[in-house]
Amino acid sequence: MSHVLFAAATVPTIKTPSIAYHAIAPILIVLGAALLGVLVEAAVPRRERFNAQIAVTVLGLIGALVAVGLLHNTSLTTPSPVGSSESFYGALSVDPAGLFLQGTVLALALMATLLISERSIEIGSPIVASAAVVVGSPDDKRLANSERVQTEIFPLLLFAVSGMLIFPIANNLLLMFIALEVLSLPLYLMAGLSRRRRLLSQEASLKYFLLGAFASAFFLYGLALLYGYANSVDLPAIFNAQRTSGKSDVLLYLGLGLVIVGLLFKASVAPFHSWTPDVYQGSPTPVAAFMASCTKVASFGALLRVLVIGFSGSTWDWRPIIWGVAIASMVIGAILGVTQTDIKRVLAYSSIAHAGFILVGLVAVTSDKGQSLASVMFYVLSYGFTTLAAFGLLMLVRDADGEATHLSQWSGLARKSPLVASVMTILLLSMAGIPLTSGFIGKFYVFRAAWHTAGPLVVIALLCSAVAAFYYLRIVVLMFFAEPPENAPTIAIPGWSASVALTTGVVVTVFLGLLPEPIVDLAVKAAHLRG
Amino acid sequence: MSALAFTYTPVAAAATHVPHSYALVGLVLLPLVGAIIVFSLKTEQAKLAKQLSFLISLAVVVYTAIIAIDFNTDKHITTANQFQFAGSWVWIRDFGVHIAFGVDGIALVLVLMAVILVPCVMLASWNSLDSKSGAEEVAAPGAPQRSVKNFFGLMLLTEFFMIGVFTATDVFLFYVFFEAMLVPMYFVIGSFGGPRRQYAAMKFFLYSLVGGLLMLASVIGLYVTTGSRSFAITDLIGHVPQGATQKWLFLGFFLAFAIKAPLVPFHTWLPDAGAEAPAGGAALLVGVLDKVGTFGFLRYCLPLFPQASKYFAPTILILSVIGILYAAFLAIGQRDMKRLAAYTSVAHFGFIGLGIFAFTTQGGTGAVFYMVNHGFSTGALFIMLGLLLSRGKSRNIDDYGGVAKAAPIMAGLFLLTGLSALALPGMSTFVSEFLVLVGTFTRHKGLAVLATTGIILAAIYVLYLYQRVFQGPAREKTAGFRDVNAREIAAVAPLLALILFLGIFPKPVLDIINPAVKQTLHEVHQTDPAPKLGPNSVVAGGTK
Repeated sequence: MSHVLFAAATVPTIKTPSIAYHAIAPILIVLGAALLGVLVEAAVPRRERFNAQIAVTVLGLIGALVAVGLLHNTSLTTPSPVGSSESFYGALSVDPAGLFLQGTVLALALMATLLISERSIEIGSPIVASAAVVVGSPDDKRLANSERVQTEIFPLLLFAVSGMLIFPIANNLLLMFIALEVLSLPLYLMAGLSRRRRLLSQEASLKYFLLGAFASAFFLYGLALLYGYANSVDLPAIFNAQRTSGKSDVLLYLGLGLVIVGLLFKASVAPFHSWTPDVYQGSPTPVAAFMASCTKVASFGALLRVLVIGFSGSTWDWRPIIWGVAIASMVIGAILGVTQTDIKRVLAYSSIAHAGFILVGLVAVTSDKGQSLASVMFYVLSYGFTTLAAFGLLMLVRDADGEATHLSQWSGLARKSPLVASVMTILLLSMAGIPLTSGFIGKFYVFRAAWHTAGPLVVIALLCSAVAAFYYLRIVVLMFFAEPPENAPTIAIPGWSASVALTTGVVVTVFLGLLPEPIVDLAVKAAHLRG
Repeated sequence: MSALAFTYTPVAAAATHVPHSYALVGLVLLPLVGAIIVFSLKTEQAKLAKQLSFLISLAVVVYTAIIAIDFNTDKHITTANQFQFAGSWVWIRDFGVHIAFGVDGIALVLVLMAVILVPCVMLASWNSLDSKSGAEEVAAPGAPQRSVKNFFGLMLLTEFFMIGVFTATDVFLFYVFFEAMLVPMYFVIGSFGGPRRQYAAMKFFLYSLVGGLLMLASVIGLYVTTGSRSFAITDLIGHVPQGATQKWLFLGFFLAFAIKAPLVPFHTWLPDAGAEAPAGGAALLVGVLDKVGTFGFLRYCLPLFPQASKYFAPTILILSVIGILYAAFLAIGQRDMKRLAAYTSVAHFGFIGLGIFAFTTQGGTGAVFYMVNHGFSTGALFIMLGLLLSRGKSRNIDDYGGVAKAAPIMAGLFLLTGLSALALPGMSTFVSEFLVLVGTFTRHKGLAVLATTGIILAAIYVLYLYQRVFQGPAREKTAGFRDVNAREIAAVAPLLALILFLGIFPKPVLDIINPAVKQTLHEVHQTDPAPKLGPNSVVAGGTK
């Protein structure tokens, strides 16, 4: 042991890495906005705080989005990654695919922010006034009906977003782990901040935290094993080690397996999905929307990078695993979704099934020339917008206890509000993959990518989509063809912020179904991961 | 006849010259624009919605008629130039898909049939939603008013998808129309249907969706296995590799179309959907939407997968004959009139399947003509049933009797409709049924003989129905039936007139169909077997 330390100490010079600040500008902007948000918490008077936080968050996200756009243009014209890999010792790779995913995360986070800052549906906001107050205490009851609101959620969201921005561009597993923690920890807190049904929310938070901590431990253990195998935590080094290393393959496979488990957990892929329905149900709805869209984009981004950069040499070893989890995810998502009676849980199982569909596209990612990569990127983008809008709509259907999420309460909704019912129908049809919606184009794209290498998997996926279509259609049947119940919920009129978010989600869903060319083109051009 | 300045663009030079005729784009978009306008009306403007929808559907008929007159029937056809009025624009470059429209004779006559049926259905459904006397069943107390403008808007939307699905010449675009078409029909059944409408709508959607998804697998498979960077049908014909791949791809398409058609044993959704849908919706569902299945056999299964088509043909022929007989027996035993009509359609689809997979010119031409006639005949049948139900408020045959005494004109119209369903000579349905049987007989004598018994069974179910409902002593309830008024006659009369006219003079339609069918058979590498019946063998008129 001392020998090793000694050896390390005799390395003659330690060069400080040169950092291409412009290449990580989006991350810096978001982090800066998050820190500013913390200062706002401390310095701005309570009355002004909410609006100040919204301004900081929205401007921070837009600024980062602009930066991503500028970087994207340079990354397409220059052959090497922006700020060549040397500048970070190869830890970060700002490549076109990474930028595409970063842009997607930022756009979706912006929409989630708009949903969180919705104040006209509910007094205060969907977020609890003070998370630390004991549930059911007199203080809690008083605060529940007050205008007060916890504004820490905005910096928390920005911190989570910064983790999500690093996650898909980390070429170094240790950095990826840090990004994983940076994105997860705020999410655990955010899950517990619901204004209504606080116990359920806190339970969701705790559950997410405990299971998430487990998953992180898996990831870390896998990372350690891979270091043992390759003497490095850099993905390119691990790739090279597979040809040169004389160490046991057990280390490699075990390490890879454990790292994948950590990532699949975050992406809510079966059999690591069990937290998803409970957490989505308990979390404040806009936070669930944020988790269902942004977290998924970021985790699949990281998974893509690990498999393509680190393990494209052992495709034949991990491909069966992806087959297995993809089938498990699609089957569990489709079949268990049928038995659900709560719309949030239905959307959660739908999210699990969709994770399976995305994995179908991922199967061939190392063996075709960017087609699979482009298809997965398109899918996460289109699904993100659809699911975000769907969760957003749940906020509008309310009864005395808050959101009315039981399926029976949605019967006859079309009578009450044809607009809400029609919009929900478009989103559900998109999730079911009916043509003229983005969901169909996305499904077609991933299935086409997978057909050559995994024909049977595509057929299974198609059958699962048929099963899943049942529960989407059941909601449509309820809304349009059933009679409203006695105590039918009311439809809240959203304020400007939620309206903007919902409209964007629906417009993107329809637009990508009719004219997907621009985004498909963008994804095809951006389908380059660089080590 | 170029009132709309249609320019016929030869597709022969498709590789170098991309055709850009807007004629069909306009035809497809017209009902869509109409539907959007009708949907944007207020719920109270029911009357305006009806009038506007009817006018738009008439405009579509005129538009289609102009295209039909402009259609060149004498053209020499090859794989590359089989579509007229072709227009093609890139949709998604990376997928190789195009917004591409074009018609051959088969598509043209089906579009004609569909657009003629729509205004008739609208006329027949005029009062079925907003008046008690027009409704098909006694409304439950407190049941909400059904939205008239939504119904007519959905009709126009359905028309948009129907025209699109018949005129699309890109497999991907076809698939998009094929699947998306489910949505408006789902709402027609679910929102405006009978007591079990939720169940029927769901069953209809899921059956079709499963078929559609299997087809999607094949569509993707086509792209991958042909190595073609295009989904245009003319680029795909002849490029599907032979052997097991072709058989699997064929099965994907075939199952989707067999469910849609529907071919026994994939038919069980149709009686439920047909019975629960409002009569107007059922007329379009059974009359037109289901034709997409048989149309798909001809347009996609045969030319794209010639080898697999031949391989599976015997099985399909046998299923068709089973369908003819089995569904006819079930129809005889039905007590529910709409279910009976749905089963008669299943039997008729057996004939169409027989004609298509017999691989003879008469059989093919007969099958296409059958599709057209069946659209008119079944459309008229469902419309007549709708009129009957609006008076009797019951689908049960046993609740009726002696209607002819109270409503003689109605009885006459119903009888004519029924006779067209059983293919009486003089009706166009007879011509097509005869062509199918002759076409089948030259190749498969036994099957043709078995299928012929279907005609006798058809006579039984039609006449037995007529007898129980219209003949005999009048019931207390039926004695007060109002006879059909001018609007109701106007809804059925054009259809019956067409059936009679084409029964006597089918040549114009057969001339349009025949070259397209020959081309299709050419793509399956089939030629008609030499006549073996002797020098005096009769070949049906009009096909030569």
